[in-house]
Amino acid sequence: MVRLITHNMLACHVKNCTKDNFPLVFSEVELVIRESEANYDFLRRFMPKLDWPALVDTARSLGDETLPDDQPEEWTDEQLQALHHVLMEMHVEEGNMTCRGCGHVYPISNGIPNMLLAEHEVGR
Amino acid sequence: MSRPEEIAPPEVFYGDTEATKYTQNTRIQSIQAQMTARALELLALPEDEVAFLLDIGCGSGLSGEMLDEEGHIWVGCDIAPSMLEVALEREVEGDLFLHDIGQGFGFRPGTFDGAISISVIQWLLNADATSHSPTQRLTRFFTTLHASLRNPSRAVFQFYPSSDDQVHMITSAAQRAGFGGGLVVDYPNSRKARKMYLVLMVGSQEVPKGLDGEEMAVQGKNGVGAERKKEEVRNERRRRKEEGKSRKGKKETTGKEWVMKKKELYRVRGKEGVPRDSRYTARKRRVQF
Ligand SMILES: C[S@@+](CC[C@H](N)C(=O)[O-])C[C@H]1O[C@@H](n2cnc3c(N)ncnc32)[C@H](O)[C@@H]1O
Ligand SMILES: [Zn+2]
Repeated sequence: MVRLITHNMLACHVKNCTKDNFPLVFSEVELVIRESEANYDFLRRFMPKLDWPALVDTARSLGDETLPDDQPEEWTDEQLQALHHVLMEMHVEEGNMTCRGCGHVYPISNGIPNMLLAEHEVGR
Repeated sequence: MSRPEEIAPPEVFYGDTEATKYTQNTRIQSIQAQMTARALELLALPEDEVAFLLDIGCGSGLSGEMLDEEGHIWVGCDIAPSMLEVALEREVEGDLFLHDIGQGFGFRPGTFDGAISISVIQWLLNADATSHSPTQRLTRFFTTLHASLRNPSRAVFQFYPSSDDQVHMITSAAQRAGFGGGLVVDYPNSRKARKMYLVLMVGSQEVPKGLDGEEMAVQGKNGVGAERKKEEVRNERRRRKEEGKSRKGKKETTGKEWVMKKKELYRVRGKEGVPRDSRYTARKRRVQF
């Protein structure tokens, strides 16, 4: 599974790819929703790590419109629940993640992204 | 018997047959669980907080399951597709990545609250392709790992070095990448129980001490003085003693009962990702210290 919490932390790691290497763009996605219990304390601690615009864009690209454009300063329970849903319950099972910087495609199959690089793509 | 690393590259050695054999072996299950529990202890995460962790070389999820039981959210990566497939079958909760750790990570700075790696990094000392340079791969690995950990935090590696040279190669690569920390050797005088942990730290912290031994090889960063080290050891000892006390209370309800209770507690507190009760819940392999 690739959850958006993980996707929001993941940049392209191809050698010398430092521009537009985040966020990786999903395509041909097969999405599965798996419900889980929310932990608001964890979410609150995690918030500063999030790249909010990337999260909102990615969620929308997968058809979820519940997140506001700007990261709220005071969170209602409803907003926290929406954040929980986007971060923890949306699992990408199949598809591709493409780097806008270098064009590298990381395919996802069976919920597992293939992050292996060709030797010439490996940084030193 | 020769060491697995010398037989074949990891993704070949851990093929379908070996992946299943490895995961179903009850002795391996119990050892991996014990070492993971010890690594978690050495990670010294804040009590009762769900953390976002990385399991480096997660394999079939024997180590990750322990993270599930503790209620953490985690990401696992491994180079062997067959091992990851078994992890999927076992329905571990972590996000799994097919990844060669020697190629480095792309996680954004400060992503993880900590990392563990159980019985993995000795593999990095083998050159499985002519283009592989172990030193280069170790450096790439530690540098990108260091960047992806938050400050302060720790990464704990249980590993099986084949020589002191290997230990030196690993620790010096970690230091060059900016880590502090040191080696913790549990039961140094027992040939069977002896286990080596590399405890790496981002930011300045105390170095923990090995179980049942005075011996500790510290590869301190930034020339931490001997006095300071002694003080750190004392503090760690005190902390451990105190932990021992509080742990005794829990001991009365052991095994399945205890796990179920803890899970219930987590659920009540609204902890995220508490594993479902299944036939795997609190099976015998879970060993307490
Ligand atoms: C002994 S198993 C341990 C698995 C798991 N941590 C456990 O405790 O059961 C070692 C694992 O390291 C993985 N490994 C070896 N070299 C690796 C590399 N370069 N990148 C990622 N994983 C690697 C192997 O595929 C294997 O799954
Ligand atoms: Zn790229």
